[in-house]
Amino acid sequence: MTGRGQPSAPQGASGSLPDDDRLTSDGLAPSHNGRILLIACGALAREILDLKALNGWSHLDLTCLPANLHLWPDRIPDAVEEAVKRHRADYSGIFVVYADCGTGGLLQARCAALGVEMVAGPHCYSFFEGNEAFAAHADTEFTAFYLTDFLVRQFDAFVWRPMGFDRHPELIPMMFGNYTTLIYQAQTDDPALDAKARDAAERLGLAYERRFTGYGDLATALKGL
Amino acid sequence: MADEDDIILSELSDDELVLQMHDDLYDGLKEEIEDGVRILLDRGWTPYDVLTKALVAGMTIVGADFRDGILFVPEVLLAANAMKGGMAILKPLLAETGAPRVGKMVIGTVKGDIHDIGKNLVGMMMEGAGFEVVDLGINNPVEKYIEALQTEGADILGMSALLTTTMPYMKVVIDTMKEKGMRDDYIVIVGGAPLNEEFGKAIGADAYCRDAAVAVQTAKDLVARKHNQGVKA
Repeated sequence: MTGRGQPSAPQGASGSLPDDDRLTSDGLAPSHNGRILLIACGALAREILDLKALNGWSHLDLTCLPANLHLWPDRIPDAVEEAVKRHRADYSGIFVVYADCGTGGLLQARCAALGVEMVAGPHCYSFFEGNEAFAAHADTEFTAFYLTDFLVRQFDAFVWRPMGFDRHPELIPMMFGNYTTLIYQAQTDDPALDAKARDAAERLGLAYERRFTGYGDLATALKGL
Repeated sequence: MADEDDIILSELSDDELVLQMHDDLYDGLKEEIEDGVRILLDRGWTPYDVLTKALVAGMTIVGADFRDGILFVPEVLLAANAMKGGMAILKPLLAETGAPRVGKMVIGTVKGDIHDIGKNLVGMMMEGAGFEVVDLGINNPVEKYIEALQTEGADILGMSALLTTTMPYMKVVIDTMKEKGMRDDYIVIVGGAPLNEEFGKAIGADAYCRDAAVAVQTAKDLVARKHNQGVKA
Protein backbone atom coordinates (compact mmCIF):
# COMPACT_ATOMS: atom_id res chain seq x y z
CA MET A 1 0.00 0.00 0.00
CA THR A 2 1.36 3.40 -0.89
CA GLY A 3 1.00 7.06 -0.17
CA ARG A 4 -0.29 6.83 3.39
CA GLY A 5 -1.51 10.28 4.34
CA GLN A 6 -0.02 11.80 1.18
CA PRO A 7 -2.74 12.24 -1.41
CA SER A 8 -1.06 12.01 -4.76
CA ALA A 9 -3.89 11.07 -7.07
CA PRO A 10 -4.88 14.17 -8.99
CA GLN A 11 -8.44 15.37 -9.33
CA GLY A 12 -8.87 15.85 -13.07
CA ALA A 13 -9.34 19.28 -14.55
CA SER A 14 -13.07 18.65 -14.67
CA GLY A 15 -13.16 17.41 -11.11
CA SER A 16 -13.47 13.81 -12.29
CA LEU A 17 -12.76 11.10 -9.79
CA PRO A 18 -9.97 8.55 -9.69
CA ASP A 19 -11.09 4.97 -9.34
CA ASP A 20 -11.79 3.32 -6.02
CA ASP A 21 -8.44 1.56 -5.92
CA ARG A 22 -6.64 4.90 -6.03
CA LEU A 23 -8.99 6.39 -3.43
CA THR A 24 -8.18 3.41 -1.24
CA SER A 25 -4.41 3.55 -1.48
CA ASP A 26 -3.52 7.08 -2.64
CA GLY A 27 -6.39 9.44 -1.84
CA LEU A 28 -7.25 12.50 -3.86
CA ALA A 29 -5.45 15.82 -4.34
CA PRO A 30 -7.37 19.10 -4.11
CA SER A 31 -8.39 20.93 -7.28
CA HIS A 32 -7.66 24.33 -5.68
CA ASN A 33 -11.08 25.62 -6.64
CA GLY A 34 -13.15 26.79 -3.68
CA ARG A 35 -12.44 28.70 -0.49
CA ILE A 36 -13.24 25.92 2.00
CA LEU A 37 -11.28 22.70 1.88
CA LEU A 38 -12.87 19.41 2.88
CA ILE A 39 -10.27 16.94 4.15
CA ALA A 40 -12.06 13.64 3.81
CA CYS A 41 -11.64 9.92 3.89
CA GLY A 42 -11.21 8.46 0.40
CA ALA A 43 -14.26 6.29 1.11
CA LEU A 44 -16.42 9.44 0.98
CA ALA A 45 -15.08 11.08 -2.18
CA ARG A 46 -17.85 10.07 -4.56
CA GLU A 47 -20.59 10.99 -2.14
CA ILE A 48 -19.08 14.41 -1.39
CA LEU A 49 -18.52 15.23 -5.05
CA ASP A 50 -22.06 14.08 -5.77
CA LEU A 51 -23.46 16.36 -3.08
CA LYS A 52 -21.30 19.20 -4.36
CA ALA A 53 -22.63 18.79 -7.86
CA LEU A 54 -26.24 18.36 -6.75
CA ASN A 55 -26.18 21.47 -4.58
CA GLY A 56 -23.85 23.68 -6.58
CA TRP A 57 -21.41 24.00 -3.68
CA SER A 58 -18.63 25.53 -5.73
CA HIS A 59 -17.11 27.09 -2.61
CA LEU A 60 -16.05 23.63 -1.41
CA ASP A 61 -12.83 21.97 -2.55
CA LEU A 62 -12.03 18.37 -1.70
CA THR A 63 -8.91 16.43 -0.84
CA CYS A 64 -9.01 12.85 0.40
CA LEU A 65 -6.65 10.81 2.50
CA PRO A 66 -6.27 7.17 1.48
CA ALA A 67 -9.31 5.20 2.58
CA ASN A 68 -7.07 2.33 3.69
CA LEU A 69 -6.03 4.40 6.72
CA HIS A 70 -8.99 2.65 8.29
CA LEU A 71 -6.88 -0.46 8.50
CA TRP A 72 -4.72 1.49 11.00
CA PRO A 73 -7.13 3.93 12.71
CA ASP A 74 -4.38 5.11 15.07
CA ARG A 75 -2.70 6.75 12.08
CA ILE A 76 -5.72 8.86 11.12
CA PRO A 77 -5.18 11.78 13.56
CA ASP A 78 -1.57 12.33 12.43
CA ALA A 79 -2.54 12.09 8.76
CA VAL A 80 -5.38 14.58 9.23
CA GLU A 81 -3.14 16.98 11.14
CA GLU A 82 -0.51 16.84 8.45
CA ALA A 83 -3.12 17.61 5.78
CA VAL A 84 -4.61 20.48 7.79
CA LYS A 85 -1.19 22.07 8.27
CA ARG A 86 -0.20 21.55 4.65
CA HIS A 87 -3.32 23.19 3.21
CA ARG A 88 -4.33 25.66 5.88
CA ALA A 89 -2.72 28.71 4.29
CA ASP A 90 -4.46 28.13 0.94
CA TYR A 91 -8.07 28.21 2.20
CA SER A 92 -10.28 30.42 4.34
CA GLY A 93 -11.59 27.37 6.17
CA ILE A 94 -11.07 23.63 6.58
CA PHE A 95 -13.63 20.97 7.50
CA VAL A 96 -12.67 17.39 8.30
CA VAL A 97 -15.02 14.80 6.82
CA TYR A 98 -14.27 11.87 9.08
CA ALA A 99 -16.34 10.46 11.89
CA ASP A 100 -14.51 9.09 14.93
CA CYS A 101 -13.63 6.07 12.80
CA GLY A 102 -12.21 3.95 15.60
CA THR A 103 -9.81 6.60 16.92
CA GLY A 104 -11.42 6.51 20.35
CA GLY A 105 -11.96 10.28 20.46
CA LEU A 106 -8.38 11.11 19.46
CA LEU A 107 -9.38 12.54 16.08
CA GLN A 108 -11.93 14.80 17.72
CA ALA A 109 -9.32 15.97 20.21
CA ARG A 110 -6.79 16.58 17.45
CA CYS A 111 -9.29 18.56 15.37
CA ALA A 112 -10.19 20.64 18.41
CA ALA A 113 -6.51 21.37 19.03
CA LEU A 114 -6.11 22.38 15.39
CA GLY A 115 -9.23 24.54 15.56
CA VAL A 116 -11.12 22.71 12.82
CA GLU A 117 -14.56 21.12 12.86
CA MET A 118 -15.38 17.56 11.85
CA VAL A 119 -18.46 15.43 11.19
CA ALA A 120 -20.17 14.05 14.27
CA GLY A 121 -20.69 10.35 14.82
CA PRO A 122 -18.82 7.11 15.35
CA HIS A 123 -18.57 5.91 11.72
CA CYS A 124 -19.61 6.83 8.19
CA TYR A 125 -22.23 4.08 8.22
CA SER A 126 -23.71 5.85 11.23
CA PHE A 127 -23.83 9.37 9.81
CA PHE A 128 -25.14 8.10 6.46
CA GLU A 129 -28.11 6.61 8.23
CA GLY A 130 -28.28 9.58 10.58
CA ASN A 131 -26.47 9.37 13.91
CA GLU A 132 -29.66 9.52 15.95
CA ALA A 133 -31.36 6.75 13.99
CA PHE A 134 -28.22 4.64 14.10
CA ALA A 135 -27.80 5.05 17.84
CA ALA A 136 -31.46 4.17 18.37
CA HIS A 137 -30.94 0.59 17.21
CA ALA A 138 -27.45 0.11 18.66
CA ASP A 139 -28.84 -2.17 21.36
CA THR A 140 -30.51 -4.50 18.89
CA GLU A 141 -28.15 -4.41 15.94
CA PHE A 142 -24.77 -4.97 17.50
CA THR A 143 -24.38 -8.27 15.68
CA ALA A 144 -24.62 -6.44 12.33
CA PHE A 145 -21.68 -5.80 10.04
CA TYR A 146 -22.20 -2.64 7.98
CA LEU A 147 -21.12 -1.79 4.47
CA THR A 148 -21.57 1.47 2.56
CA ASP A 149 -21.52 1.93 -1.23
CA PHE A 150 -17.76 2.40 -1.14
CA LEU A 151 -17.18 -0.57 1.12
CA VAL A 152 -19.31 -2.79 -1.10
CA ARG A 153 -17.27 -1.75 -4.13
CA GLN A 154 -14.04 -2.25 -2.17
CA PHE A 155 -15.08 -5.30 -0.18
CA ASP A 156 -12.16 -7.40 -1.38
CA ALA A 157 -9.59 -4.66 -0.76
CA PHE A 158 -11.01 -3.67 2.63
CA VAL A 159 -12.25 -6.90 4.12
CA TRP A 160 -11.53 -10.06 2.19
CA ARG A 161 -7.82 -9.66 1.49
CA PRO A 162 -6.67 -7.72 4.60
CA MET A 163 -8.41 -10.29 6.80
CA GLY A 164 -6.62 -13.06 4.92
CA PHE A 165 -9.85 -14.80 3.86
CA ASP A 166 -8.51 -15.30 0.33
CA ARG A 167 -5.65 -17.39 1.72
CA HIS A 168 -7.21 -18.75 4.90
CA PRO A 169 -10.99 -19.13 4.71
CA GLU A 170 -10.84 -20.93 8.04
CA LEU A 171 -10.39 -17.47 9.59
CA ILE A 172 -13.92 -16.40 8.60
CA PRO A 173 -15.70 -18.05 11.53
CA MET A 174 -12.97 -16.83 13.89
CA MET A 175 -13.50 -13.22 12.84
CA PHE A 176 -17.16 -13.18 11.84
CA GLY A 177 -18.58 -15.96 13.98
CA ASN A 178 -20.32 -13.52 16.32
CA TYR A 179 -21.96 -11.51 13.54
CA THR A 180 -25.39 -12.50 12.27
CA THR A 181 -26.24 -10.00 9.53
CA LEU A 182 -24.57 -7.88 6.90
CA ILE A 183 -26.46 -4.62 6.51
CA TYR A 184 -25.75 -2.68 3.36
CA GLN A 185 -26.36 1.00 4.13
CA ALA A 186 -26.99 2.14 0.56
CA GLN A 187 -26.29 5.71 -0.47
CA THR A 188 -27.58 5.13 -3.98
CA ASP A 189 -30.03 2.83 -5.74
CA ASP A 190 -27.73 0.51 -7.65
CA PRO A 191 -28.85 -3.08 -8.32
CA ALA A 192 -25.26 -4.10 -9.11
CA LEU A 193 -24.06 -2.95 -5.69
CA ASP A 194 -27.04 -4.65 -4.07
CA ALA A 195 -26.03 -7.92 -5.73
CA LYS A 196 -22.39 -7.44 -4.74
CA ALA A 197 -23.35 -6.75 -1.13
CA ARG A 198 -25.56 -9.82 -1.07
CA ASP A 199 -22.66 -11.87 -2.40
CA ALA A 200 -20.40 -10.45 0.33
CA ALA A 201 -22.92 -11.53 2.95
CA GLU A 202 -23.02 -15.04 1.52
CA ARG A 203 -19.24 -15.28 1.47
CA LEU A 204 -19.14 -14.29 5.14
CA GLY A 205 -21.98 -16.64 6.03
CA LEU A 206 -24.26 -13.80 7.17
CA ALA A 207 -27.90 -12.93 6.58
CA TYR A 208 -28.37 -9.96 4.28
CA GLU A 209 -30.31 -6.73 4.56
CA ARG A 210 -30.25 -3.65 2.36
CA ARG A 211 -31.18 -0.32 3.89
CA PHE A 212 -31.36 2.82 1.78
CA THR A 213 -29.88 5.77 3.66
CA GLY A 214 -28.98 8.40 1.08
CA TYR A 215 -26.37 10.82 2.37
CA GLY A 216 -27.97 11.41 5.78
CA ASP A 217 -26.03 13.61 8.20
CA LEU A 218 -23.22 14.07 5.69
CA ALA A 219 -25.46 16.31 3.59
CA THR A 220 -26.54 18.24 6.68
CA ALA A 221 -22.97 18.76 7.85
CA LEU A 222 -21.76 20.04 4.48
CA LYS A 223 -24.80 22.23 3.93
CA GLY A 224 -23.82 24.41 6.85
CA LEU A 225 -20.37 25.27 5.52
CA MET B 1 6.37 -39.55 1.52
CA ALA B 2 8.36 -36.67 2.98
CA ASP B 3 10.32 -34.35 0.70
CA GLU B 4 14.06 -34.14 1.24
CA ASP B 5 13.62 -30.68 2.78
CA ASP B 6 10.87 -31.75 5.18
CA ILE B 7 11.81 -31.45 8.80
CA ILE B 8 11.13 -34.52 10.92
CA LEU B 9 10.25 -33.01 14.29
CA SER B 10 11.01 -36.17 16.23
CA GLU B 11 14.57 -36.21 14.89
CA LEU B 12 15.40 -32.74 16.23
CA SER B 13 17.17 -32.16 19.51
CA ASP B 14 15.16 -30.49 22.26
CA ASP B 15 16.66 -27.07 21.55
CA GLU B 16 16.16 -27.43 17.81
CA LEU B 17 12.59 -28.61 18.29
CA VAL B 18 11.71 -25.67 20.50
CA LEU B 19 13.09 -23.24 17.92
CA GLN B 20 11.23 -25.09 15.19
CA MET B 21 8.04 -24.82 17.23
CA HIS B 22 8.57 -21.07 17.48
CA ASP B 23 8.79 -21.00 13.67
CA ASP B 24 5.73 -23.22 13.30
CA LEU B 25 3.76 -21.07 15.69
CA TYR B 26 4.80 -18.00 13.71
CA ASP B 27 3.53 -19.72 10.58
CA GLY B 28 0.30 -20.81 12.24
CA LEU B 29 0.89 -24.54 11.75
CA LYS B 30 -1.48 -26.08 14.25
CA GLU B 31 -0.80 -29.77 13.55
CA GLU B 32 2.95 -29.28 13.76
CA ILE B 33 2.55 -27.51 17.09
CA GLU B 34 0.40 -30.33 18.44
CA ASP B 35 3.02 -32.84 17.26
CA GLY B 36 5.82 -30.83 18.87
CA VAL B 37 3.96 -30.64 22.17
CA ARG B 38 3.45 -34.41 22.21
CA ILE B 39 7.10 -35.08 21.37
CA LEU B 40 8.39 -32.86 24.17
CA LEU B 41 5.98 -34.46 26.64
CA ASP B 42 7.11 -37.91 25.50
CA ARG B 43 10.67 -36.84 26.17
CA GLY B 44 9.78 -36.11 29.76
CA TRP B 45 9.30 -32.35 29.61
CA THR B 46 6.89 -30.97 32.19
CA PRO B 47 3.69 -29.49 30.73
CA TYR B 48 4.66 -26.16 32.28
CA ASP B 49 8.01 -26.10 30.50
CA VAL B 50 6.42 -27.00 27.17
CA LEU B 51 3.90 -24.22 27.68
CA THR B 52 6.37 -21.51 28.64
CA LYS B 53 9.45 -22.39 26.60
CA ALA B 54 7.81 -23.57 23.39
CA LEU B 55 4.37 -21.96 23.17
CA VAL B 56 4.44 -18.76 25.20
CA ALA B 57 7.95 -17.86 24.07
CA GLY B 58 6.90 -18.42 20.45
CA MET B 59 3.73 -16.43 20.85
CA THR B 60 5.70 -13.59 22.42
CA ILE B 61 7.69 -13.30 19.19
CA VAL B 62 4.41 -13.22 17.24
CA GLY B 63 3.08 -10.51 19.57
CA ALA B 64 6.19 -8.38 19.19
CA ASP B 65 6.07 -8.58 15.40
CA PHE B 66 2.37 -7.70 15.44
CA ARG B 67 3.12 -4.66 17.57
CA ASP B 68 5.92 -3.65 15.17
CA GLY B 69 3.66 -3.95 12.13
CA ILE B 70 5.49 -6.97 10.70
CA LEU B 71 2.57 -9.34 11.24
CA PHE B 72 -1.11 -8.52 10.83
CA VAL B 73 -4.32 -9.79 12.38
CA PRO B 74 -4.74 -12.86 10.13
CA GLU B 75 -1.24 -14.14 10.91
CA VAL B 76 -1.71 -13.54 14.63
CA LEU B 77 -5.02 -15.39 14.56
CA LEU B 78 -3.47 -18.36 12.80
CA ALA B 79 -0.66 -18.41 15.35
CA ALA B 80 -3.16 -18.18 18.17
CA ASN B 81 -5.13 -21.04 16.66
CA ALA B 82 -1.97 -23.14 16.54
CA MET B 83 -1.18 -22.28 20.16
CA LYS B 84 -4.74 -23.17 21.11
CA GLY B 85 -4.14 -26.64 19.66
CA GLY B 86 -1.08 -27.06 21.86
CA MET B 87 -2.86 -25.64 24.89
CA ALA B 88 -5.70 -28.12 24.49
CA ILE B 89 -3.20 -30.94 25.04
CA LEU B 90 -1.42 -29.21 27.90
CA LYS B 91 -4.34 -27.80 29.88
CA PRO B 92 -5.53 -31.01 31.56
CA LEU B 93 -1.93 -31.96 32.27
CA LEU B 94 -1.15 -28.57 33.78
CA ALA B 95 -4.05 -28.98 36.18
CA GLU B 96 -2.76 -32.42 37.21
CA THR B 97 0.85 -31.36 37.68
CA GLY B 98 0.08 -28.25 39.72
CA ALA B 99 1.74 -25.59 37.60
CA PRO B 100 2.33 -22.27 39.37
CA ARG B 101 -0.78 -20.09 39.62
CA VAL B 102 -0.17 -16.37 39.50
CA GLY B 103 -3.73 -15.15 39.96
CA LYS B 104 -7.26 -15.35 38.65
CA MET B 105 -8.77 -13.15 35.98
CA VAL B 106 -12.33 -12.58 34.86
CA ILE B 107 -12.35 -11.32 31.29
CA GLY B 108 -15.09 -10.33 28.86
CA THR B 109 -16.15 -8.03 26.04
CA VAL B 110 -18.51 -5.29 27.19
CA LYS B 111 -22.25 -4.99 26.60
CA GLY B 112 -23.24 -4.25 23.02
CA ASP B 113 -19.94 -5.48 21.61
CA ILE B 114 -19.34 -8.85 19.99
CA HIS B 115 -15.66 -8.51 19.14
CA ASP B 116 -13.50 -11.05 20.88
CA ILE B 117 -10.30 -11.58 18.93
CA GLY B 118 -8.20 -9.41 21.23
CA LYS B 119 -9.93 -10.70 24.33
CA ASN B 120 -9.31 -14.29 23.33
CA LEU B 121 -5.64 -13.57 22.70
CA VAL B 122 -5.26 -11.92 26.07
CA GLY B 123 -7.05 -14.78 27.79
CA MET B 124 -4.82 -17.34 26.16
CA MET B 125 -1.61 -15.48 26.93
CA MET B 126 -2.73 -14.93 30.51
CA GLU B 127 -3.32 -18.66 30.85
CA GLY B 128 0.09 -19.26 29.37
CA ALA B 129 1.57 -16.96 32.01
CA GLY B 130 -0.02 -18.98 34.82
CA PHE B 131 -3.23 -17.06 35.41
CA GLU B 132 -6.51 -18.85 35.80
CA VAL B 133 -8.88 -17.24 33.33
CA VAL B 134 -12.67 -17.12 33.51
CA ASP B 135 -13.89 -16.00 30.10
CA LEU B 136 -17.34 -14.44 30.12
CA GLY B 137 -17.46 -14.15 26.34
CA ILE B 138 -19.08 -11.22 24.56
CA ASN B 139 -21.83 -8.66 25.24
CA ASN B 140 -21.51 -8.62 29.02
CA PRO B 141 -23.73 -6.39 31.18
CA VAL B 142 -22.31 -4.98 34.39
CA GLU B 143 -24.21 -7.51 36.52
CA LYS B 144 -22.41 -10.40 34.87
CA TYR B 145 -18.99 -8.91 35.57
CA ILE B 146 -19.84 -8.19 39.19
CA GLU B 147 -21.29 -11.63 39.82
CA ALA B 148 -18.33 -13.39 38.23
CA LEU B 149 -15.78 -11.36 40.19
CA GLN B 150 -17.50 -12.24 43.44
CA THR B 151 -18.26 -15.88 42.79
CA GLU B 152 -14.90 -16.66 41.22
CA GLY B 153 -12.85 -14.85 43.87
CA ALA B 154 -10.89 -13.19 41.08
CA ASP B 155 -7.92 -10.87 41.40
CA ILE B 156 -8.26 -9.14 38.07
CA LEU B 157 -11.05 -7.85 35.85
CA GLY B 158 -10.22 -7.51 32.17
CA MET B 159 -12.61 -5.66 29.87
CA SER B 160 -12.42 -5.39 26.10
CA ALA B 161 -14.22 -3.26 23.49
CA LEU B 162 -13.63 -2.64 19.82
CA LEU B 163 -16.19 0.09 19.23
CA THR B 164 -16.06 3.76 20.07
CA THR B 165 -19.70 3.43 20.99
CA THR B 166 -19.23 0.57 23.45
CA MET B 167 -16.00 1.48 25.19
CA PRO B 168 -17.72 4.00 27.55
CA TYR B 169 -19.52 1.01 29.09
CA MET B 170 -16.29 0.13 30.87
CA LYS B 171 -16.84 3.19 33.03
CA VAL B 172 -20.32 1.96 33.90
CA VAL B 173 -18.77 -1.25 35.22
CA ILE B 174 -16.04 0.53 37.19
CA ASP B 175 -18.49 3.06 38.63
CA THR B 176 -20.77 0.23 39.73
CA MET B 177 -17.82 -1.46 41.42
CA LYS B 178 -17.16 1.80 43.27
CA GLU B 179 -20.80 2.14 44.32
CA LYS B 180 -20.69 -1.37 45.72
CA GLY B 181 -17.48 -0.61 47.59
CA MET B 182 -15.58 -3.34 45.77
CA ARG B 183 -13.45 -1.39 43.31
CA ASP B 184 -10.28 -1.57 45.39
CA ASP B 185 -10.59 -5.32 45.80
CA TYR B 186 -9.73 -5.91 42.15
CA ILE B 187 -7.19 -4.93 39.56
CA VAL B 188 -8.99 -3.58 36.50
CA ILE B 189 -7.26 -3.64 33.13
CA VAL B 190 -8.85 -2.57 29.85
CA GLY B 191 -8.00 -2.93 26.18
CA GLY B 192 -9.30 -2.72 22.63
CA ALA B 193 -8.41 -0.98 19.39
CA PRO B 194 -10.01 2.45 19.99
CA LEU B 195 -8.82 2.71 23.61
CA ASN B 196 -5.75 4.56 24.81
CA GLU B 197 -3.96 5.29 28.04
CA GLU B 198 -5.84 8.54 28.66
CA PHE B 199 -9.16 6.76 28.35
CA GLY B 200 -8.03 4.08 30.78
CA LYS B 201 -7.12 6.72 33.34
CA ALA B 202 -10.28 8.75 32.74
CA ILE B 203 -12.60 5.83 33.49
CA GLY B 204 -10.64 4.77 36.58
CA ALA B 205 -9.01 1.57 35.32
CA ASP B 206 -5.69 0.49 36.80
CA ALA B 207 -4.16 0.13 33.36
CA TYR B 208 -4.78 0.27 29.65
CA CYS B 209 -3.00 -2.54 27.82
CA ARG B 210 -2.27 -2.10 24.15
CA ASP B 211 -1.73 -5.78 23.41
CA ALA B 212 -1.73 -9.25 24.95
CA ALA B 213 1.95 -9.17 25.93
CA VAL B 214 1.50 -5.84 27.71
CA ALA B 215 -1.61 -7.20 29.42
CA VAL B 216 0.31 -10.17 30.80
CA GLN B 217 3.21 -8.07 32.05
CA THR B 218 0.90 -5.44 33.51
CA ALA B 219 -1.19 -8.06 35.28
CA LYS B 220 1.92 -9.69 36.73
CA ASP B 221 3.29 -6.35 37.94
CA LEU B 222 0.01 -5.23 39.48
CA VAL B 223 -0.60 -8.56 41.20
CA ALA B 224 2.94 -8.51 42.62
CA ARG B 225 2.48 -4.92 43.81
CA LYS B 226 -0.78 -5.84 45.52
CA HIS B 227 0.85 -8.79 47.24
CA ASN B 228 3.66 -6.53 48.42
CA GLN B 229 1.13 -4.09 49.84
CA GLY B 230 -0.38 -6.91 51.83
CA VAL B 231 -3.76 -6.31 50.27
CA LYS B 232 -6.00 -9.12 49.04
CA ALA B 233 -4.70 -10.28 45.69
